Amino acid sequence: MRRGILVGIPVLGLAIMVQTSIIGRINLLNGAADLVLLILAAWGLQERVRSAWVWGAAAGLLVGFISGTPWYIYLVGYLVVVGMARSLAHRVWQAPLLAMFTVTLIGTLVLLMLTYLERSLLEVPLVFNLSFVRIILPSILLNLLLAIPIHALIRGLANLLHPAEVVS
Amino acid sequence: MKTNFPRSLQTVIIVLVAVGLVALALGGYFNPVSSWFTRLTVDAQTWISTRYLAVVDFLTVPRDVATLRQRNSELEAEVAQLQAQVIDLQQKVTETNILSALVDFARANPNYSYKAAAVIGKDPSPFLSYVIINIGSDQGILPGMPVVTDKGLVGRVDAVITEGARVQLVTDAASAVNVQLQSSKTEAMLIGSVTGDLSLDMISQDATVTIGDVVLTSGLGGSYPPNLLVGQVISVRKQATELFQQADIQPNVDFNQLSYVLVITNFAPVDITPLVATPGP
Repeated sequence: MRRGILVGIPVLGLAIMVQTSIIGRINLLNGAADLVLLILAAWGLQERVRSAWVWGAAAGLLVGFISGTPWYIYLVGYLVVVGMARSLAHRVWQAPLLAMFTVTLIGTLVLLMLTYLERSLLEVPLVFNLSFVRIILPSILLNLLLAIPIHALIRGLANLLHPAEVVS
Repeated sequence: MKTNFPRSLQTVIIVLVAVGLVALALGGYFNPVSSWFTRLTVDAQTWISTRYLAVVDFLTVPRDVATLRQRNSELEAEVAQLQAQVIDLQQKVTETNILSALVDFARANPNYSYKAAAVIGKDPSPFLSYVIINIGSDQGILPGMPVVTDKGLVGRVDAVITEGARVQLVTDAASAVNVQLQSSKTEAMLIGSVTGDLSLDMISQDATVTIGDVVLTSGLGGSYPPNLLVGQVISVRKQATELFQQADIQPNVDFNQLSYVLVITNFAPVDITPLVATPGP
């Protein structure tokens, strides 16, 4: 677990930098992919990984610190993503890509809806239909497009850190 | 058989014959012969030379190909390096142009102090229009400071750390800026949206708003200094049943291409919260 946490710091740090400087600027309508969410989903789906919750909490706090949204939105959103990924990792481990797509779809929806609700509570004038069509749907699509390569990369990292035990 | 000519006579005869031959040659009598001989010699020389060069080529070409390949790879590496330099220089030229425009803007508006900053990131949430800049409290940046470019108003500093700051753009859905139309001095409220579009609200029904009107900050509310350029009116919505008119604004700043900005450091925003009336008991 310690190795996972030690690796998680640079991986998440790099992911947040790439997210804010590159990925966040690549927009589809007004939506953008969330690299950190995808990494957390893919990491949480790896069966032998034990540090997923720590990764989720660290990423939530870091992104919450950088973002203009309150810190707890990303913390809760990312922990929900990790929770879903961990529960699916044990149930549908035979179909990791299906699980990845499911976590990405629902996780993105939950995170963006949390942000939408928070902004609405602050009386920011947001039109739901417009937000859904211009932000939420495009973001989901972009996340789903990136889900497969991120899952492959993270699975490689997980195999490197937690190699399968050979039964003789 | 022994000749009876004395040796000196022989010499004289040889000299005479030689002189005669030279004279004939100079007279052009030997031209056909000399031409034939010259052609034969040149042909022979050409044949020998060609064969020699062919043999030399055959023996030396493999070495030359290797040399050429090496030279080619050296040149390719040099070309790649030069291309990288060209890209780097083009980027520097672009940056210099942007910075030059910002300096021109600062010179044209000397009543404010500025700090230039590079935009290094965007807020991770697509619901928020915030950018991250590379100067912070160590450079004297404080929350609330207005941010501009040479094209006009960008937003204001929302949060600060030692070496960075987060800037809320005027296009953010939660942003509201007091503005006025330059021609009619009509007051209005500039509001952002989730789509990044800007619009004007709270325009009096009596006011005359025309397409192309220039929108400037009014300075009301104390959040922004007055007379910062925002954009132009591109459409007006006026309905008799509404309390106010609305208008859509084309911002002067291209918010998708923000790379450098200026933070106005000598403007202190006024906190008018205590003056805002609250409902009594």
